[in-house]
Amino acid sequence: MELFLQQILTGIANGSIYACLALAIVMIYKAIDHFNFAQGEMAMFSTYGCWTLISIGVPYWVAFFVTIILSFIVGVFIERVVLCPLRNASALSHIIVFIGLLSIFNSLAGVIWGHTIKTFPSPFPDGSFRGLIGLHEVGMFFVTMIMLAGIYCFFRFTRVGMAMKAAAANPVSAGLVGIRVGWMFALGWGFSASIGAVAGMMIAPIVFLDPNMMLGILLYGFASAVVGGINNPGGAVMGGFLVGIVENLAGTYIPAIGSELKLTVALALIVSVLLFKPSGLFGKPVVTRV
Amino acid sequence: MSLLLEVHGLEASYKSTKILHGIDFCLEEGGVATLLGANGAGKTTTLRALCGMVSRKGTVKFNGTELIKMSTADITRQGIAHVPEGRGTFVRLTVEENLRLGAYTRHDKAGIADDMERVYGYFPILKQRHAQQAGLLSGGEAQMLAIGRALMLRPKMLLLDEPSFGLAPLIVRELFGILKRINREEKVGMMLVEQNASLALEFAEHVYLLETGNILISGTAVSFQEDETIRRSYLGY
Repeated sequence: MELFLQQILTGIANGSIYACLALAIVMIYKAIDHFNFAQGEMAMFSTYGCWTLISIGVPYWVAFFVTIILSFIVGVFIERVVLCPLRNASALSHIIVFIGLLSIFNSLAGVIWGHTIKTFPSPFPDGSFRGLIGLHEVGMFFVTMIMLAGIYCFFRFTRVGMAMKAAAANPVSAGLVGIRVGWMFALGWGFSASIGAVAGMMIAPIVFLDPNMMLGILLYGFASAVVGGINNPGGAVMGGFLVGIVENLAGTYIPAIGSELKLTVALALIVSVLLFKPSGLFGKPVVTRV
Repeated sequence: MSLLLEVHGLEASYKSTKILHGIDFCLEEGGVATLLGANGAGKTTTLRALCGMVSRKGTVKFNGTELIKMSTADITRQGIAHVPEGRGTFVRLTVEENLRLGAYTRHDKAGIADDMERVYGYFPILKQRHAQQAGLLSGGEAQMLAIGRALMLRPKMLLLDEPSFGLAPLIVRELFGILKRINREEKVGMMLVEQNASLALEFAEHVYLLETGNILISGTAVSFQEDETIRRSYLGY
């Protein structure tokens, strides 16, 4: 029983990271209808940025927030410089650009910081919560939850949040009510870069820092987004937790999977959801009357 | 009366295909003009060109300001509200959120609340459905929402792209009655694109007849109604 509870709690903690990445993916998907494959590498790059700040003596939480802001700026910059000129380009061009960004960030991190694995500090004390789950995992859960709640409120209650939703849903009409659609897309990139940065900084103490740290995690993020419904931010977050829990339980209780084949669970989830419920568990097809 | 809109030599194109070949037209303050013509004549493109939604050349003076180089978002801020072809409501958002977005460029909270009530006054059905997803409205209701959203901008000029499209005759009559009221009570100028020529001639004061990107004839609505040759050869009734 204790093992079971442990695995559930660890699953929820890891799931909160997948939820963040899934949300970042969904935000960009809603605006341009494509998966941003570079999402994980952008998060990794941000995490390295934070590591640099900490290693020159900046206190953890200052570095944390500075990284979020810098990531936001880089995200906006990428949209304005790279994606904006491609507004009317084909799906293939977008995908090639994402793969390009992925390898650029990956290689750049290798060139700047090297390929040796580094440890990343946790802002939370060592130890565990009643022997069930590490305090870092608890902290990670609460940090991501606070962020998700903040984002929810932003989109629910602010004027700019509403405008971003409108721009993603119907760019032509959004322009006609005076929304600067291009900038809303750029803001979306900024947000998703920041969300990814938080996920990266929170997971780095667990998976350690290296240029490939986010590859597996991004796959879980994709799985979460697909499971929850690629068009549904709330669903994607739920999908994150679900994937976290399923992945942990499967790794523990199905001997054939173990810890080596955990990532396969994510891929299997992607395939089976796309086969049997393409709109995701929580996604619903758009209801319109014609 | 002074001119609200003055257009000279307006050209517009989609990619390499030129649609408008330099047209001139104008609208008086609080006036109503209609663009008539066959499919593909360039009526919708003219409205889109006014709003900066297609690449364009020429001069567009609105209320003394030159619009030709402005972005759609900036043109909106000059007080031009466009009710697009196909209504263009935000289907996943509620009726009230749609109206709120119509006032996106404004910051006067009290005025926005007043205007919301005013729109609900014109279209009581929208008030009943204020919390519903816009995608669930009927065609007529969606058109009312599109017009309501445009009014939330407190525009000086309304561009209406086939508001009667796909609606039952009774609803169309109701809709145009309300539009006439808005025009009279609030002095909002209107440019109307319509397939239904007889309806448009009743509604508008001035008419521009477009043919393949050029203005063929222009005149008062009365003169069009009285000229049987024009009606027969171009307007089909």
